[in-house]
Amino acid sequence: MSPAGVMGAVFNLNHPAHTVDWHFIHLSVANVVVIGLMLVVFLLAILVPFPGAARRRAARRDGDAS
Amino acid sequence: MSGVGPPPATAPSKSWTVKVREKGVDALPPDRLLPDGQPTYVASWIYVFGVASIASLIVIIGSGSILALKGPAWWHYTGVGHFFNSIHMWSVELFFFAMVVHLWGKYWMAAWRGGRGRVWVTGAVTFLIAIPAALTGYVSQQNFDAQWIATQAKDAMNSVGVGAFFNLTNFGQMYSYHVLLLPVAVVLLVAAHVLLVRRNGVVPPFELEQKLPVAARAAPETDGPPRSSTGATS
Repeated sequence: MSPAGVMGAVFNLNHPAHTVDWHFIHLSVANVVVIGLMLVVFLLAILVPFPGAARRRAARRDGDAS
Repeated sequence: MSGVGPPPATAPSKSWTVKVREKGVDALPPDRLLPDGQPTYVASWIYVFGVASIASLIVIIGSGSILALKGPAWWHYTGVGHFFNSIHMWSVELFFFAMVVHLWGKYWMAAWRGGRGRVWVTGAVTFLIAIPAALTGYVSQQNFDAQWIATQAKDAMNSVGVGAFFNLTNFGQMYSYHVLLLPVAVVLLVAAHVLLVRRNGVVPPFELEQKLPVAARAAPETDGPPRSSTGATS
């Protein structure tokens, strides 16, 4: 089976799109998933420490102290 | 015979090239245009998404150029064309993903502070122009999906009174918008945005801004050789 065929077997697209409806809000599930992922990545970007950030701050403090 | 001496003193040139050069160097000196390093506070993941957007845009332009060379129907009947079409589509997904996270980050840190209003506006307008750039790509796909989106979008445009200016079902017009007019606008706006960031410096966190002296707020400390005048340590 081709890669496209394998993907087609995993995700059955042969149906109308699933949607989330709440009052006037009408979103496809795919878009809701992307919005959720963006929120998760946004929170991780704030909370996860950047590699080498502590070392840079320490070097800056040492430079200022000398 | 005289050797090479000092250049003769001349009256200030009125040439427009000299005026443009002097204004350009005054507005953006070379050490600000291409600095040695970035402020210490930039070492955070939230500052990554601006450059992630630009990286995605480079892939979009590259894959889009290949698709433009081969024509809008190429991806329908060749595997390589389908591959580049997929690269183009997913890089657009990443572009919007990174741009939205970048927008949220800058909104919540009020990135228009410190005279950075034009930086904020160019970024916001880039986002707004990128939306029709993507829409015109959807309606240029040359398939039933494109036809469906074009007719739905045409009704939407007519309903808000702008349908007289362009026709979503006109493939030639939408393709021209997609491969020339809107990409040029996005690239020029991104270039202006980056140059304004270089000129004004990356916006510091609120806590740090209160510690920095007024003069240092526009051009805070970098990771280059340490200087001792600011508190850019948090």
